[in-house]
Amino acid sequence: MEYGLDLEYSFNEFLKGFGLSSEIAHIIWLPLPMLLVLVAAVVGVLVTVWLERKISAAAQQRIGPEYAGALGVLQPIADGLKLLVKEDIIPAKADGILFTAGPILVLVPVILSWLIVPFGQNLLISNVGIGIFLWIALSSIQPIGLLMSGYASNNKYSLLGGLRAAAQSISYEIPLALSVLAVVLMTNSLSTIDIVNQQSGAGILSWNIWRQPVGFIVFWICALAECERLPFDLPEAEEELVAGYQTEYAGMKFALFYLGSYINLILSALLVSILYLGGWGFPIPVELIAKFLNLPINAPFIQVFTASIGIVMTVLKAYLLVFIAILLRWTTPRVRIDQLLDLGWKFLLPISLANLLITAGLKLAFPQFFGG
Amino acid sequence: MSIAITTQIICFTILSLVILIGALGVVLLESIVYSAFLLGGVFLSVAGLYLLLNASFVAAAQVLVYVGAVNVLIIFAIMLVNKKEDLKPINDIKSRRIISTSICLTLLSLLIRVDLTNVWSLSNPQNSIGEESTIRIGEHLFSDYLLPFEVASVLLLMAMIGAIVLARRDVMSKDISTGLPVDQELIEKSSEPLLTNKN
Repeated sequence: MEYGLDLEYSFNEFLKGFGLSSEIAHIIWLPLPMLLVLVAAVVGVLVTVWLERKISAAAQQRIGPEYAGALGVLQPIADGLKLLVKEDIIPAKADGILFTAGPILVLVPVILSWLIVPFGQNLLISNVGIGIFLWIALSSIQPIGLLMSGYASNNKYSLLGGLRAAAQSISYEIPLALSVLAVVLMTNSLSTIDIVNQQSGAGILSWNIWRQPVGFIVFWICALAECERLPFDLPEAEEELVAGYQTEYAGMKFALFYLGSYINLILSALLVSILYLGGWGFPIPVELIAKFLNLPINAPFIQVFTASIGIVMTVLKAYLLVFIAILLRWTTPRVRIDQLLDLGWKFLLPISLANLLITAGLKLAFPQFFGG
Repeated sequence: MSIAITTQIICFTILSLVILIGALGVVLLESIVYSAFLLGGVFLSVAGLYLLLNASFVAAAQVLVYVGAVNVLIIFAIMLVNKKEDLKPINDIKSRRIISTSICLTLLSLLIRVDLTNVWSLSNPQNSIGEESTIRIGEHLFSDYLLPFEVASVLLLMAMIGAIVLARRDVMSKDISTGLPVDQELIEKSSEPLLTNKN
């Protein structure tokens, strides 16, 4: 299955044309994809914030932001600028070092996880072998940052919010990892590229959502809980805890939390689309279209077409899921903390365990459908 | 020297410094909260060392288990019982410190001696399995290391049962630590739903 554009190779060849050694070319290449993904993540956040404002307005029969740009599209930029120029306050009795380190520890693992998000066969930063496991490991660092900022704020609401966030994060990580494990079992690989390729056989029919419907729902619920989105936003439940662990934060440090939560939401949506909705795959296989048009699959035109279709499909699927998450946020009430933990430990955990067991059994019984 | 090797040496130096300074901080700092957070930093740096050794799966497992589970639980426990109380001064603190330092130094010298006398068989970097290591670890866990793997799970089960017994003292009539009869009324009160009194 080695096809698709290899931008790195062509870029290095291009630089070598100017007489640079391959090592220098590699060093010049290295920051480019990272920068691109960082920009993509931030632009994704801006779009999501605008969508959130507009969709929430529609859900509550308001108009929403209107004056900043056409349909208010510049509103998120205005928000960002406001946060940038606000005074950076550290409360007098707070712990300065931990107060500053907390938001950083929350944001960095989320951005690092973008390492493994593929937008096409070669369109990702690094196809590391441990792939999806890296994301699970990195997302487990986040609770430390939340506990840290909750503790450092020297505020009872912050501490309670931080503790709730950590408890929620730990309890929902287990069903999340188990439902990922069922997909990995079918793929025989942890790599996100292999997971998508395994679903690319027959277009929409071979997507994992048909083979893992339970896993899909469990994963989506857990992903929402990990992102602290309503109905699971207990750590920052405003009626009870003011704003949870971010109560004392202002300016750019608050913006880091804000960015982190939205980047995490987009990342989760991307990963749902990669694990269950065929990733960059078009609902009809591109090979079939190429065959229909009598074009060879390696033709440059088809290559560029495949790559752009891949990016568009990944982003489209992810934003469809973001849309559902926003709708859920503005239409569902919040669960209580005991209901939240009951759901995680007494319902999702047994279900995801059973799902893993059944997947393993089905894999042995029907190796041609469930990966041999 | 190629760029890759230079990068590796820089990373190794930074990681080892973080591990050494962080570990010293964990032991020497007065504030238990700082110690706990520094411990997380040390665990993360150890994961970085594993990454430098091409063991990406072990590195990710280290982050998941030690940082994501062990360290979070430690911090969680500290914050749940974070009482502001002054510790009682210990009378013979000086002699205790001398004894513990000498024991630690003896252990350190033993380790250094093992390190210097042992002939380490370095595998050829060309033969390193790299990304294959996940599969190799799985094979070993289900063949020659099956018994230790299963015994470890029994150990974890025992720890879990112990934790449940400690947490749910209402299953016992006597308090295990003091031997006094348990005040059942208190337990009933705490497990009563909050909203039943309203109707």
